[in-house]
Amino acid sequence: MAYSDKVVDHFEHPRNVGSLDKSAPNVGTGIVGAPECGDVMKLQIQVDENNRIVDAKFKTFGCGSAIASSSLATEWVKGRSLDEALEIKNTTIVKELALPPVKIHCSVLAEDAIRAAVADLKRKQAGDGKAPQTEKKEEVGA
Amino acid sequence: MSQVYLDNAATTPLDPRVLDAMLPYLREHFGNAASRSHRFGWVAEEAVDKARRQVADLIGATPKEIIFTSGATESDNIAVKGVAYRHRDKGNRVITQQTEHKAIIDTCKFLEQDGARVTFLPVNDKGRINLDELADAIGDDTVLVSIMFANNEIGTVQPIAEIGRICKEKGVLFHTDAVQAFGKLPIDVEEMGIDLLSISGHKIYGPKGVGALYVRRKNPRVRCEAVLHGGGHERGMRSGTLNVPGIVGLGAAAEFAGREMIVEAERLGGLRDRLWDGLSSRLDEIARNGDAEHCLPNILNVSFKYVEGESLMMGFDTIAVSSGSACTSASLEPSYVLKALGVGEDLAHSSIRFSLGRFNTGQEVDYAVEQVVAAVRRLRELSPLYEMAQEGVDLSKVDWAAR
Repeated sequence: MAYSDKVVDHFEHPRNVGSLDKSAPNVGTGIVGAPECGDVMKLQIQVDENNRIVDAKFKTFGCGSAIASSSLATEWVKGRSLDEALEIKNTTIVKELALPPVKIHCSVLAEDAIRAAVADLKRKQAGDGKAPQTEKKEEVGA
Repeated sequence: MSQVYLDNAATTPLDPRVLDAMLPYLREHFGNAASRSHRFGWVAEEAVDKARRQVADLIGATPKEIIFTSGATESDNIAVKGVAYRHRDKGNRVITQQTEHKAIIDTCKFLEQDGARVTFLPVNDKGRINLDELADAIGDDTVLVSIMFANNEIGTVQPIAEIGRICKEKGVLFHTDAVQAFGKLPIDVEEMGIDLLSISGHKIYGPKGVGALYVRRKNPRVRCEAVLHGGGHERGMRSGTLNVPGIVGLGAAAEFAGREMIVEAERLGGLRDRLWDGLSSRLDEIARNGDAEHCLPNILNVSFKYVEGESLMMGFDTIAVSSGSACTSASLEPSYVLKALGVGEDLAHSSIRFSLGRFNTGQEVDYAVEQVVAAVRRLRELSPLYEMAQEGVDLSKVDWAAR
């Protein structure tokens, strides 16, 4: 399986790797996927007083296409409002990175990560006092 | 350093000496080995006879007991289907195990569709079957036991001689897929009680597209149906014009492997240990998959926690290896072999198989250590799982679905 140049580029020089303060009121954190599936993406967004995304960071456990998809996602959300961020479609990611059919699910996960981060931020802003996403949770059920 | 090839369990480069042996049969000695009436045929037949001897010598068999095929997959098909169909009246059960190569597993599944019963024995956490479980599984309805000599993903070697003894006691035929072990470990079909054995050319520095099946002729005389019909070649067990150049290559490769086997096994074991020591002394949270005590000298399967296999291979892309990650398989399923060992799926996705070979050097191993360590460290910096683990989160308790 040959990777597209853009995927290789994002892999060699990933944009915005790192973490923001998940407890900060202007930071939204989205964690999607599961280790058993071989794909886990953490995407964080930071907004200014106008709810415009001014910074974004990601960390991903997954293949080259997954890393590239999430790296690209952090590039694209910067400068957008929360609602504009929700307009990012996985199909656009597929096109930009020239992902083959077998890797389309990586782009879907990246879109989900953006949604999860926005949802987390909106929840915080709605003030329901929900704890930051990355806190330890007990496993529900067996 | 340019590309370093550490994927010898997948295939091996052609040994230049093997190519030299094959060339005349690709050029001037082009005869069909079945052409009995002229010199072109006799020369080809002689070359095939020599190859039969070379292969037989490496497993303690007689040349008449070797039939040539298009590869081990075909050999496995003939052994399993051929024996099952031939002995349909005696019974319909085949016993095998969960970490077999797909050439055995898929063939057994095919037989199941036809009414056969197949027992897939489990393995322990190192990949070995339990001999008592095997003995218990063999019943009056059992026509074949097929257990691979050594596993291609993790290198685990099965207790072959003991399996042979149990099968002899119970009067059931024993087939072993010896693709990975042939030419690396000593094999004696008499001492080990083996009745059928599959081998492949391209795993021992021979050409692709050729293999062989050992079919015992005495005590007992094994009979099996053919899978390919049309002319009755290879004692009726495998019709079709013989791939003379391929067979010559296979024979030559077998002879070289046999000559160098003991010394080479020690050298490879040393390189494998050097690779493992290099990685384990520099990286924490890595685990070796398989059985360190009963292992092929050239295979090392490692899980690198918190890092996914395909991205890891991209990270050290001048080194060629394989991974048990779902992302690298056509079916998007993680390695079923690692699953059978009880290795968690997340660690299956994080696994890499290094398989050393004749043309690998210590320098290449040291380079590989350096590259792999750097890639693992870099990817752990990118990993949310590593970050969570560093923060003290117990990943096994996280409810991923709730996010």
